Amino acid sequence: MGITYLDHAATTPMRAVAVEAMLPFFSERFANPSGSHRFARDARRAVDEARDEVADLLGVRPGEVVFTGCGTEADNAAIVGVGGLAVCPAAEHHAVLHPIEAHGGRVVGTDAAGHVDLDRLAAALADDVRVVSVMAVNNEVGTVTDLAAVAALIRERAPRALLHTDAVQAPSWLDLRAVAPMVDLMSLSAHKFGGPKGVGVLTVRDGVTLAPLLLGGGQERERRSGTHNVAGIVALAAALAETDTERDRETVRLAALRDRLVDALQSEIDGVVETVTRDRKVAGSAHVCLDGIESESLLFLLDEADVCASAASACASGAMEPSHVLAAMGVERSLAGGALRMSLGHTTTAADVDRAVDVITASVTRLRRAQVRR
Amino acid sequence: MKVLLAMSGGVDSSVAGALLLDAGHDVVGVTMKLWGGQSDTGCCSVSDVDDARRVAQQLDIDHLVFNFADDFDTHVVQPYVDAHALGVTPNPCIECNRHLKFDRLLGRADQLGFDAVATGHHARIGRSDDGRFTLERGADAAKDQSYVVHMLDQSALARTLFPVGHIDKAEVRRLAAERGLRTASKPDSQDVCFITSDGGRTAFLGDRIPFRRAKVVDTSGAVLGEVDAIETVTIGQRRGIGLPGGGPKRYVVDIDPVAATVVVGADDDLRRDHVDVEQLTWVDGPADGEVRVQASAHGATVTGHLVAGSPVAGVSHVRFDVAQRRIAPGQSVVFYDASNRRVLGGGVARR
Repeated sequence: MGITYLDHAATTPMRAVAVEAMLPFFSERFANPSGSHRFARDARRAVDEARDEVADLLGVRPGEVVFTGCGTEADNAAIVGVGGLAVCPAAEHHAVLHPIEAHGGRVVGTDAAGHVDLDRLAAALADDVRVVSVMAVNNEVGTVTDLAAVAALIRERAPRALLHTDAVQAPSWLDLRAVAPMVDLMSLSAHKFGGPKGVGVLTVRDGVTLAPLLLGGGQERERRSGTHNVAGIVALAAALAETDTERDRETVRLAALRDRLVDALQSEIDGVVETVTRDRKVAGSAHVCLDGIESESLLFLLDEADVCASAASACASGAMEPSHVLAAMGVERSLAGGALRMSLGHTTTAADVDRAVDVITASVTRLRRAQVRR
Repeated sequence: MKVLLAMSGGVDSSVAGALLLDAGHDVVGVTMKLWGGQSDTGCCSVSDVDDARRVAQQLDIDHLVFNFADDFDTHVVQPYVDAHALGVTPNPCIECNRHLKFDRLLGRADQLGFDAVATGHHARIGRSDDGRFTLERGADAAKDQSYVVHMLDQSALARTLFPVGHIDKAEVRRLAAERGLRTASKPDSQDVCFITSDGGRTAFLGDRIPFRRAKVVDTSGAVLGEVDAIETVTIGQRRGIGLPGGGPKRYVVDIDPVAATVVVGADDDLRRDHVDVEQLTWVDGPADGEVRVQASAHGATVTGHLVAGSPVAGVSHVRFDVAQRRIAPGQSVVFYDASNRRVLGGGVARR
């Protein structure tokens, strides 16, 4: 029996088209695209073509695409690059939350689904706010943000503020051509949609100027210095293209598998609380809290049975931290301690789901029995 | 056996892992994340977790991190602070062993289907002729840690392994070096893991409780001076109590947190012919009669007698053959058999 992988929100397996697209750049097409010879021009062309393709897939202009080293860099480049007072909801990824907190920004509450509380956001908006960052899709619980409503609120309350969205979890589920027009800045990370780790994108609307995080050779129109990760950029484009082609079909297929997974867990096990209702989240997200279970114990048993899932984010030591997302949602700490995040993706099959149900059911039963015995 | 090895990132638990594998056990390593705050010597800093994980990789065993920070705060840090506020001198490492390693971790191991928990402590677990478990001092007298694991009872001992307890520290380091383990020459940890060297205990407590000034008086009640923080004064202390140098040696012989008074006296005033011990645990049921008494991690032992029939339930009265310097309330008192090798049980010195 192979691995049952239900941790696509952490990273999803690389798509074959992405791997294949990268390979020439590790051998004959090795050149630095900023050079002045034919090999450099060849690499430059690869980056330019990738940029065109990505721009097309995102519904932005090629000049609005900045390649970065990762999603976290894109988030930081947007927030720190705009500068001034920033506002975000409490359920953001740490890549947004920490730079905003570090620069004295405002953090506002969320509703019980982890969606930014629009009243509290309104109260935090004023003329002095420079950037508002609201994620498109929550990485832990899968909640989709109503960005149109957020954008409307900003136009009304803080018309000079820019809207940034961390869309790292979005490409597999949302057509970004519909997201991009609502925002000024958008962050992506290749490894969440079948590309490699170590490459991301920040879209920057024409006319918006950012103070760059990295100064140096002036690549990416002075917005991100550093030699291009050519192989990564080319693979990012290839992975995004395939993700885009498959999105509608995959969303339907994976929503059905997700429903099958959560429905089965709820019928097999007592005390399975679905954290966010399915109509508010993306198709691949199956987040539950298991009453009376400790995530660490459950994940150990799942790992032993070759089922990969997660709970919350880990700190530098590798220890699981109590989820700030569930805390923001007002989930009681004891229930949050039994969080289980299962995230489905392009390689997930019905057999994976059925096997996960069997293993999780057996593991929870065993843990509950052990608790009674103690 | 399926063994969960507690890995601190130090050399003892590293070698313990190697020895368990040699003995044919199925081993999983775990590092407990206990303290979320500042630390420079502690067992839960990121670099120590890195060491533990890298040793686990060298040994080719799985390595996990369990986050027990909430339990550590509840059972170790908060009681440590509260004890100081009450003028008591706690032993947080023992409370950590009692509540974290041999309760929380043991419970977790049980739940996850492990047969035993192993640690790198220098102590030995044996079997007596009738099959009962015994707890004995480690083979290396200088590194013996039986004092800090004295709370283990039969049920815990049945599920605990101390793989390095039967070898001395030099041999542990030699084995680590022989196997190329990266922790081979890592210094031993010494101090309380959540107290940093730059701020020390005073800074740690000062962030958490208000300090109160206290009078320093002699045994007749005459006021000699003042201290800034009665919460940081310990029985037996000689320095840092604001008395001028020279003259006869004076020790803290009593602390009255209610009256905010520290009493100092001569060495004789510190002597007691008995100690009352509470929160008792026994390796194999209550002992009585002659015992050897140890009241600090590497302290000398003295002969005493456990007096049966204490008037207070749950308290043991120990009478010493020769009067001893008073044991600070809150300190762990451990009873060994007359040969001074085997742990009988122990508890905490009562006020």
